[in-house]
Amino acid sequence: MNDAAESDEALLARFQCAAFDYFLSHCNPANGLVADTSRPGSPSSIAVVGLALSCYAVAVERGWMTRAAAAARTLATLRFFWTSEQSEAGDATGYKGFYYHFLDMHSGRRAWQSELSLIDSTFLLAGVLNASVYFSADSGDEGEIRALAAALYGRVDWQWAQGDAPTVRQGWKPDSGYFHYGWEGYSEATLLYVLGLASPTLPLSPESYGAWTATYQWENIYDCEFLYAGPLFIHQFSHAWIDFAGIRDDFMREKGSDYFVNSRRATYVQREFARRNPHAFRGYSEQCWGISANDGPGLKTLAVGDTERRFYGYAARGVPYGPDDGTLAPCAALASLPFAPEIVVPALRTLCERYPRLTQASRLPGGFNPTLPGAGPEGWVSEGYFGLDQGFIVLMIENHRSRLIWQLMRRCPYVAVGLRRAGFTGGWLRPP
Amino acid sequence: MWPWGCAVPGLPAAGFGRHDSYQDLGVLVSPDETNAGAAWSEGEGRAFLESVHPPDWKNPHPAGTYDFVILGAGPAGLLAARGAAILGRKVALIERNLLGGNCLNVGCVPSKALIRTSRLYARMRAAQEVGVPRPEKIQIDVAAGMQRIRRLQARLARTDSATGLREHGVDVYFGAARFAGPTTVTVAGAALRFKKALIATGARPMAPEIPGLIEAGYWTNENVFALAAAPRRLLVIGGGPLGCELAQAFCRLGSQVIIVQNEPMFLPGEERDAAQILSDSLARDGLEIHLNTQVVAVRGQGAQKLVELASDDNRTSVEVDEILTGIGRAPNVEELNLDAARVAFDTTTGIRVNDFLQTTNARIYAAGDVCLAHKFTHMADATARIVLHNALLRGRKRLSALIVPWCTYTDPEIAHVGLYVRDAREQGIPVKTFTILMHDVDRAVTDGDEEGFLKIHVKEGTDEILGATVVAPHAGEMINELCLAMTAGIGLEELGHVIHAYPTEAEAIKMAADAYYRMRLRTARA
Repeated sequence: MNDAAESDEALLARFQCAAFDYFLSHCNPANGLVADTSRPGSPSSIAVVGLALSCYAVAVERGWMTRAAAAARTLATLRFFWTSEQSEAGDATGYKGFYYHFLDMHSGRRAWQSELSLIDSTFLLAGVLNASVYFSADSGDEGEIRALAAALYGRVDWQWAQGDAPTVRQGWKPDSGYFHYGWEGYSEATLLYVLGLASPTLPLSPESYGAWTATYQWENIYDCEFLYAGPLFIHQFSHAWIDFAGIRDDFMREKGSDYFVNSRRATYVQREFARRNPHAFRGYSEQCWGISANDGPGLKTLAVGDTERRFYGYAARGVPYGPDDGTLAPCAALASLPFAPEIVVPALRTLCERYPRLTQASRLPGGFNPTLPGAGPEGWVSEGYFGLDQGFIVLMIENHRSRLIWQLMRRCPYVAVGLRRAGFTGGWLRPP
Repeated sequence: MWPWGCAVPGLPAAGFGRHDSYQDLGVLVSPDETNAGAAWSEGEGRAFLESVHPPDWKNPHPAGTYDFVILGAGPAGLLAARGAAILGRKVALIERNLLGGNCLNVGCVPSKALIRTSRLYARMRAAQEVGVPRPEKIQIDVAAGMQRIRRLQARLARTDSATGLREHGVDVYFGAARFAGPTTVTVAGAALRFKKALIATGARPMAPEIPGLIEAGYWTNENVFALAAAPRRLLVIGGGPLGCELAQAFCRLGSQVIIVQNEPMFLPGEERDAAQILSDSLARDGLEIHLNTQVVAVRGQGAQKLVELASDDNRTSVEVDEILTGIGRAPNVEELNLDAARVAFDTTTGIRVNDFLQTTNARIYAAGDVCLAHKFTHMADATARIVLHNALLRGRKRLSALIVPWCTYTDPEIAHVGLYVRDAREQGIPVKTFTILMHDVDRAVTDGDEEGFLKIHVKEGTDEILGATVVAPHAGEMINELCLAMTAGIGLEELGHVIHAYPTEAEAIKMAADAYYRMRLRTARA
């Protein structure tokens, strides 16, 4: 494929379709669970399942799946979660309406002694609610999808997730209880608060959102003012489902901005950091950037040329304070498409030109590190693919192309209620 | 054998033997005689003692009522004693152990000297980064570093020697002070009556309540500077300033160091990005980092110690040679008979004082670690000044009016002054932060010290500086300019009009001011 001759639309469609293919290739159709990664033996990640549920709507609209097939797979997923064990048992699937981060692909039970993850459960529930809006037909399958979605969302005990703390806990384990730390600083948890506040049964306390946003930091970095968070994914995950353009909470009213504009600025700060490239990593440039939470070469210190370099495994890399080990997250860069297409598309084209081996399958790996010598100019490359990366690529490209997910979620009553309870006003939240 | 494990023939030990009290002397005693005694040469030991507690010292005989009696000769007590004498007051200073307090004997002075030594070893290892061939063999000599510490202590001790104080008109008493009433304190059999008094007895390391730890033995800052060699494997409990500083220093002195912190990040309460940079820096040095982890038990196993760690539902154990704790400090209040003086106190938070540093007995004041949450030498100094004004000059200076900087002396250093963003937001103050990365500061680039940042928090819509954090090799120096600006009410824009020498790390402050000015121009144009 001559990438330069390919239109932007065709280029994006190619990468979006290839990313969606992950969900067809790594799903257990019996229970709807989707593997965390393409690596052999990978368990399912509930966040990836949530992404899959949203991606099916995209696939139907794009003609990659029939509506019936998408509904069937969605229904299998929702039936599994509804009937799976919810208890304090160490091998249950979930507890209090939340789910363990990783589940066995076949049995659906807790894997890897993982935590009951509030944020990953949020992404799962976002997918569930997204499906309930999309599958709006009167057919039996689609009606059951809506009923199960309401039941799954309604049984979540958000109040339990808050415990006695002013903000939501990060997780829980059956043997040790709540994690003793919560969310501090701006993060991907906006969606968690929105869904938690909107619950018709056991909502978060109204004050919890304000307690969390009290930890925000508005920074002027490289002459760009924004609500700071280091890893790029933080500026994307909640945005995959919610259109934040034009709506503002107290914090953004104070700053005269909104979270969409904020993500755009964060994207530009990422690019500026790569342009400055303070640690002199190979490959970083104005056209090649993207520093986020992603796979890495593994924890080791190596001499590369005259410099001793320390590398990390899977880690939340961030800009500008680090950690930064020269590992780039191409999927995160692409997922910023709706915020700054004028710099994201050129970045994708640069990837294709500079590192053809990375992009030949039109599917991007979880990370690569040109500083660490490998088989080609791309250096070290993450093995296989991560479902989280592929899911956000599908959704963010779609939001850029058609705004489909954003439009669907605007129709989800819980999203609007949650946003209003968090103090958001204006824009599309205005009464018609 | 002298308390610090070094024979100093000819020096009498009377009244100055092995101390088991709350204060300073235990600090020089190594709990492990096999790894002790790098410390004092005979001459240095004698000179040091002559300054901080002369062996043949004779306490004066109290005559009449003192204007001012000070309990504790640490930084607060020494400053107050000299100040009171200069003001012409009849003043007594009581010290149980050594003049100088924690700072000189077991705190800032020895730790910063050790950090300096360890930094140089780290620089030698990284010499190639600045175009210097790395030495083929780096011979680490911890004993030599410790001897340097002793020399520095002996030298600095001369500043506030017992004889010097006496010559300045201060009656110096050595012995344990106890209140005998609201206006009387006893020491070494003498009763001192006072018009005003100051309690400045400092604080001591808190002992973590971990099963088996006491039996297995552990180090604190009060005895770690007596080591003759770095332990091969060291476990540090606590990721606060003390734990991080010493963990990094010993790692650089050749120990395999494990640091265990029961929080998601180091330096709780500090700017999280600063803690992140510190975490990366410690990892680069080779420390094994255990965050969100508790030490739940310790068991002695011959010369080794088996330490059990728990993180959520994971339990692991590690074998180490030594354990160092740095989890906090407890005020020295228990042995002062404070009830007799009608002074209220708490064994955790210390002596209760009002904003004027008066205790519940209006004649008695407190200053320094014994009553403050911020246990810093410069706060001891600042609060002693307040007490001098308020107790002796009828002043009304307030503790709450102080602008307080602090610094953690890791590499890079982490310094802060004023409010954090969270503090400001909780107070309903809209805040904006101007950030300069050290990798954009020319001097940091030329020095090869680019890790870090400067963040200046201003009140939204103004240039009023609310607080600042600096992460840089010499952040402790840079923070002073910002502290000055805040104290003098100088705004960020005005700092941009101050010429900063080029190239310096402090130029980052001017760069932040420039960023503020550019923002203001953009806003005005919009």
